[in-house]
Amino acid sequence: MNKLLAKAALAVGVAALAGPALTETLTAGFASEPSSVDPLYHNLGPNNAIRKHIFEGLVGEDPNLGIEPLLAESWDNPDATTWLFNLRKGVKFHDGSEFTSRDFLYTACRIPNVPNSPSSFEGFTKRAETIEAPDDYTIKVTTPGPYPLLLSDFASFGVVSASAAGHDGPVTYAKDGCPGIDNYPDSAAYNSGEAAVGTGAYKYVEFVQGDHLTLAKNENYWGEAAHWDEIVIRPISNDGARVAALLAGDVDIIEKPPAQDLERLRAEAGTDVVQGASSRVIYLHFDHVGDPTPGVSGTDGKNPFMDVRVRKAVSLAIDRALIVDKIMDGLAVPAGQLVPDFMRGVNPNIAVEEANVEEAKRLLAEAGYPDGFGLILGSPNDRYINDAKIAQAVAQMLTRVGIRTEVDATTKSVFFSRRNKYEFSLYMAGWGSGSAGMASPLRALVATQNKDKGLGGTNRGRYSNPELDAVIEEALVTVDAAAHDALLAKASQIVRDDYAILTLHYEVTPWALRKGLTITPRADQHTVLTTVRPVN
Amino acid sequence: MLAYLIRRFGQAILVMSVMATIVFFGLYMVGNPVDLLINPEDDLLAQEAAIRRLGLDKPVHIQFFHFLGGLVQGDLGTSFVHNTPALELILSRLPATLELAFLGVFFALVIGIPLGMYAGLYPKSPVSRTIMAGSVIGFSTPNFWQGLMLIMLFAVFWRILPAGGRGETVDVLGIPVSFLTWDGLSHLFLPALNVAIYKISLVIRLTRAGTAEIGLQDYVKYARARGLSEWRVINVHILKNILIPVVTVVGLELGNVIAFAVVTETVFAWPGIGKLLIDSIGLLDRPVVVAYLMLTVFMFVMINLVVDIIYSLLDPRIRVKRRA
Repeated sequence: MNKLLAKAALAVGVAALAGPALTETLTAGFASEPSSVDPLYHNLGPNNAIRKHIFEGLVGEDPNLGIEPLLAESWDNPDATTWLFNLRKGVKFHDGSEFTSRDFLYTACRIPNVPNSPSSFEGFTKRAETIEAPDDYTIKVTTPGPYPLLLSDFASFGVVSASAAGHDGPVTYAKDGCPGIDNYPDSAAYNSGEAAVGTGAYKYVEFVQGDHLTLAKNENYWGEAAHWDEIVIRPISNDGARVAALLAGDVDIIEKPPAQDLERLRAEAGTDVVQGASSRVIYLHFDHVGDPTPGVSGTDGKNPFMDVRVRKAVSLAIDRALIVDKIMDGLAVPAGQLVPDFMRGVNPNIAVEEANVEEAKRLLAEAGYPDGFGLILGSPNDRYINDAKIAQAVAQMLTRVGIRTEVDATTKSVFFSRRNKYEFSLYMAGWGSGSAGMASPLRALVATQNKDKGLGGTNRGRYSNPELDAVIEEALVTVDAAAHDALLAKASQIVRDDYAILTLHYEVTPWALRKGLTITPRADQHTVLTTVRPVN
Repeated sequence: MLAYLIRRFGQAILVMSVMATIVFFGLYMVGNPVDLLINPEDDLLAQEAAIRRLGLDKPVHIQFFHFLGGLVQGDLGTSFVHNTPALELILSRLPATLELAFLGVFFALVIGIPLGMYAGLYPKSPVSRTIMAGSVIGFSTPNFWQGLMLIMLFAVFWRILPAGGRGETVDVLGIPVSFLTWDGLSHLFLPALNVAIYKISLVIRLTRAGTAEIGLQDYVKYARARGLSEWRVINVHILKNILIPVVTVVGLELGNVIAFAVVTETVFAWPGIGKLLIDSIGLLDRPVVVAYLMLTVFMFVMINLVVDIIYSLLDPRIRVKRRA
């Protein structure tokens, strides 16, 4: 046995010595694994984070979620419904072929045709009426009406190579199916690497599901050359094991280190922690639909949250600063609105609500609940940083003003199904916005549910306010950036004044790394390893 | 023998169908996978489209009939998450788990049997007492904690073994295996040890009890009286007779590791089927979970069958009885 150990140790030792001399490899431990390497298969965080290494969009999102040029060098609106993109010249795919407008058209064609996509990227192209390529380096997009969020939509998916997907010759985009393309490769062709050809700083080498994804530096990258010759991404879903892998030196960086280990990872000689503000807001949503409401007792069947005074009382009862300080250990920033202040559409005049227990009690009495009422607060317990603990803290704060609150915290698979079946009178969840900024939570969380307009998709409190809807809808047809943002700010004020939804805090995202390395934190919480560098 | 085999297969199919039904409806009651798979930014139309695409818009009994229909044609369904046939997904992860399970059981036998026999032959020696005390610790340590401790010791403090993952693999007949390279072995060692510790303790206790009992039997005394060497007495007359309970338990334990190495695979980020199961349950990936559990039932029935056959090889009396 000792012999085996010694030999194994020797093997590891030799590998460690030999490694850096030949190639610089960065090994990362991710908390979750992408369901596919196919960039157009599943619109979900882990997939999109991986995608950014291999496939690039026409435009991109910088670390603070502003729009930046990528495959398109510049763009222009000749009128409110037309967008012209000038593509970067001389960009090569990983297989050496040149990127042209044809590949973007092919990508747009494939998006609605990915077999069995569990969450399609269709939403990002369906606003476009026509997508044309006047020449190899120009893309012309028209929308049926003015649509200000096209850039943010186009930043959300990566461009795939048409030739690598098995299509040679020209492409014509048509909304109801592109003529001349009968079948599209399924995601397996990307997982095997056969079609996984993009323009990004790293190219596909190997994907072994459950074990690792290996990427190699793209020597012909058009932008700043990548630092690491090779990147290995390993899914390590267990928190303790992920931290251990970092401490053992198996990996150089891990995402989502558990909050209780950060102190130690900072103190430890070989490791360090980097953290940065995110766009993810943790919020409480009320049942706005009327009587009766499922989780309230002691009100004779009335839904107390129909009264804005009760909603305000709940907001005043919550000490956001205390939650950030005691529960989150500073890994959060108290929130006054749905997106943090570095994003577009924020209203600069809205301050974070200060806790005021006396005023909360007074408002409850005024609304006819001097003795409060019973409440069940729904929350996931494995989705957001410290989610169940936050819910417990909120419950105690509400109980302090007379709303006797019990927490019903369950695993995310159970929680989100129950929430979507409207089983809670008050629930806690989170929302991460992209480059659309304030428009994203407004149209999804508080706009009246409306299938045809595509509004209120995650408005599981079923809040409905015609005045707010009018402002949001106006903002969504205002292409001028300043006017668009001003309307969003106005809508944010309405949300706040009506206590439609209560914001608690924005998460701060931590990463733990080997000492001597650093990463640029991204507000969308994606781990993009191209930004990992030695400190000096 | 043939009738016996047919009966065993019949039992397997019955248990598998009961299991599939329970799991299918159970997962349906837990929640809707689309609520997790969908991007929250998607609007309501896109959410409905995704539900339709995955066939989840239909009433549950219709979904169940579709599932049964597929089953008859040998199709266990397609993973909601990976868009890969569930069976293919499981089989692609199976070699990693089998490797882990076999090495774990191998450790259990080569370490457990000699130690157990020693403790049975010399029950009063201090070494035996140490072995037995150690086996109690091995029994009672939670697998999860034990795994993390192994990582802390071997990977973090001593830095002689990696903390997790599978390492380098070599294809043998198209199946990737780790045990043929040093890198692979070094990755395999800790998880296999974590799986083995409990089983080593189990085998020690079984072997000791057997040895102590059989050591007093007349035929052992007679063998000694005949002047056979102690070596022969132990290795032929005692060892062969204590193996029956060991084979039974190790067989069941082997099944257990293959099916439920969830904890070890999670702690060591080992890409086996246990990790696949736990990930699939977390995402309510029903086709994978159902296929997995059906496969597990099948495997247990088969292992029991193999154990029965090994019995008859080990002990002629069992063979005689069955023929009678």
